[in-house]
Amino acid sequence: MAAIIHVKDLSKAFGEITAVSGLSFQVPEGQVYGFLGQNGAGKSTTIRMLLTLVTPSSGSIEIFGLDLFKHRKEILRQVGAIIERPDLYKYLTAYENLKLFATMSGVRATRQKILEQLTMVGLQDRADSKVKTFSQGMKQRLGIATALIHDPRLIILDEPTNGLDPQGIADVRNLILHLSREKGKTLVISSHLLSEMELIADSMLIIDKGKKVVEGLSKELLNPDTLHVELITGDKQRTLAVLKESEWKSNILDSKDESILVMMPAASVPMLNRLLVEKGVHVFSIRPKNSLEDYFLSLTRN
Amino acid sequence: MLQLLRIELYKIFKRPRTYIAFIVITAIILLLQIALKADGKEYVGMMMSGMDDSFFAPPTEVLNGYTVCFIILNLLLIHVPILVALIAGDMISGEANMGTLRLLASRPASRIELLLVKFLAATIYTLALLVWVALLALGVSILLFGTNQMVIPREFEFNIIDTGDVFWRYMAAFAFASVGLITVASLAFMLSTFVDNSIVPVVGTVCVIIIFTILTQIQIPFYDSVEPYLFTTHMLGWKGFFYVKGEEGITIDGSVENLPAVLKSGAVLLGYSLLFLGIAIWHFRRKNILS
Amino acid sequence: MKRCVVFLLMMVFVQLNLKAQTAEELILKVKAKLDKVNDYEAKGKMKMNITFIKAPIATIKVYYKKPDQLRINNEKGISLIPKGSVNINIGAILSDAGSYDIIDAGKEDKTNFRIVRLLPKDENSNVVLSTFYIDAEQGLVRKAKTTTRDNGSYELEMAYGKYAEFGLPDKVVFSFNTKDYKLPKGVTFDYDDGSKKVTDKDKTKNRKGRVEIVYSAFVINKGIPDSIFSQGSSKR
Repeated sequence: MAAIIHVKDLSKAFGEITAVSGLSFQVPEGQVYGFLGQNGAGKSTTIRMLLTLVTPSSGSIEIFGLDLFKHRKEILRQVGAIIERPDLYKYLTAYENLKLFATMSGVRATRQKILEQLTMVGLQDRADSKVKTFSQGMKQRLGIATALIHDPRLIILDEPTNGLDPQGIADVRNLILHLSREKGKTLVISSHLLSEMELIADSMLIIDKGKKVVEGLSKELLNPDTLHVELITGDKQRTLAVLKESEWKSNILDSKDESILVMMPAASVPMLNRLLVEKGVHVFSIRPKNSLEDYFLSLTRN
Repeated sequence: MLQLLRIELYKIFKRPRTYIAFIVITAIILLLQIALKADGKEYVGMMMSGMDDSFFAPPTEVLNGYTVCFIILNLLLIHVPILVALIAGDMISGEANMGTLRLLASRPASRIELLLVKFLAATIYTLALLVWVALLALGVSILLFGTNQMVIPREFEFNIIDTGDVFWRYMAAFAFASVGLITVASLAFMLSTFVDNSIVPVVGTVCVIIIFTILTQIQIPFYDSVEPYLFTTHMLGWKGFFYVKGEEGITIDGSVENLPAVLKSGAVLLGYSLLFLGIAIWHFRRKNILS
Repeated sequence: MKRCVVFLLMMVFVQLNLKAQTAEELILKVKAKLDKVNDYEAKGKMKMNITFIKAPIATIKVYYKKPDQLRINNEKGISLIPKGSVNINIGAILSDAGSYDIIDAGKEDKTNFRIVRLLPKDENSNVVLSTFYIDAEQGLVRKAKTTTRDNGSYELEMAYGKYAEFGLPDKVVFSFNTKDYKLPKGVTFDYDDGSKKVTDKDKTKNRKGRVEIVYSAFVINKGIPDSIFSQGSSKR
């Protein structure tokens, strides 16, 4: 599958504060791509860079195979997004907001088309109400409608279920699945809730403190038979070198701080230990984690 | 671009706030007109106070539509710029504050396009406000007070302009004032690219205008040397069109006492506008939109 | 011899005749002419030449009624009228001849006009002194200098034509000292065009102002309603 987004070594620093550091990932076309991290992990900054709201300090972004900053207009014409809170023009009606954003994306939307969009997000009855009279959930849905009004190829939704009630969350989830399965759209969904991503994401990227923790297909990352083993050794570089020559070379998920995260079946853990010892690496700890969720929770707890 | 401009204008003129300026202006002007109609003698007395001892002119003749409009414009010197700042200072920062700026800036239109279109929209608003001021201050004053020769009391001079020689001066003055107000708009606009709330640009612009105006009017030699660099000094240039040339005390119809100075002031204002707009573009292009 | 005597007698007579026209008589002669006019309405143009004023030439109507009512109306503009303008009418000054001491001050060299000074008997009178230059032959005042308590001193110069028989001039030049003119900057909010001002003092100092009225037509003794003089307001 071709990558629709190709991010390489992306970094962003605001003065002294590094928000994103050396981040690389690829979003395959047609997938729902979950972008996970706790608040402040750098999700929003990354998404803002994908939308040219923030200029990267270094690194490159390609979308649809084109350099984002050189082909900004072409690319953004085919991208729909909501970023954080669904803020719209409160003094305009739902209909007027949709019309306005369609025009902003270079699309002449007919009344028919706008009403269709409103129906899709369940706001058909409120088309001519001012947005200031809307509940948070209604605003969120209208926000999604504005992101979709120009029928984009790539849809980026930043925390789309924030502030929604359980029914609202379910509605958004169904909408995302509908867009992906039936309309063949590529969606990048950011969230700080793994449980939510488990239900919809085909692939996932977890970041923490601006760095990638793990990236992979959800079914692999979340496979109950697969353990995520956190290794702490006396010599990290040497450990990595040993691992890269072993049968688990493609299972190294991440190495941050002193720890290294490796994905492997439970039965293989003793073999890994033996190999390291044989190679003269001092193993301080090998800690298997039951699921990605545990790992993610441990991150969040920190 | 045209589509974008239409959107911006649509946004401006859909907002209740926009009409506040028009309502405020209408109220102020009508109140002044009523006050002058009811008791204009006092004001005429003040205007004529410089030569009370030697001359007399009937207040009813002095207080005609043309002179009344001039009085009103003098009194609105600060108000109209404030109202312009109110909208222009909100153009970018207001969107940032509302959270819609990130939505706009993540659409295909480039930052420069977005900024220029917004500036243009602010300019159109400014001109609309000025046309409204002209209609009320000049049009309604003429209806209420009729026309006659216009009286211009100056610091060291007293000018009377022939009735037939006034109207074009007003048109020229309004054209000049539009440049002055666009300078105010561009200052407020520039400030609005720097912050994420509208209070700072609006209050900032108003403060700058008030402080500069005080510096312009204050008579301390030190400030006199600063005066030529303050744009508020040049904003008074519209009055230059009402300063006539005279020969042995007789006004020369169609003449302007110091046209080159007026044009220069216009050029200075234009220069400031471009400078402010340039800074706005420079900054907005590189700005990380985090709101 | 006889001829000589006759000549001498004639000389004496002429001399006596001329001598006989005393200053008082001269004033009476002037006044007699002016007395023919009860009122008039005149059309004319008024030009002002005053350092601190720029104004268009005014098309004016002047209304006068005995003894001292005068009004100048600008037909197509603002009637900016110098105070004390009532005195552009000699009749007004002479209206009460009995209240002056009349002093003969000889003749003006160049013009041979008789110089007559009028001193008000009333010590509180606004007019302190008037000096008339009179064309004795025609009985017309050609020039008048008046010093007043309130309005400074002013000077009138007159040229006569069609209406000389009524003592009404075709042209009057009214010169007077203007007081300072200055308004506070905060009131005017002047536009400072950056040019060096003819500095404050030069421009506002007491200077001579000149108002020139050229009459084109008089309508004499056709009656003028009093209301004309009271229009407008507190005009003096």
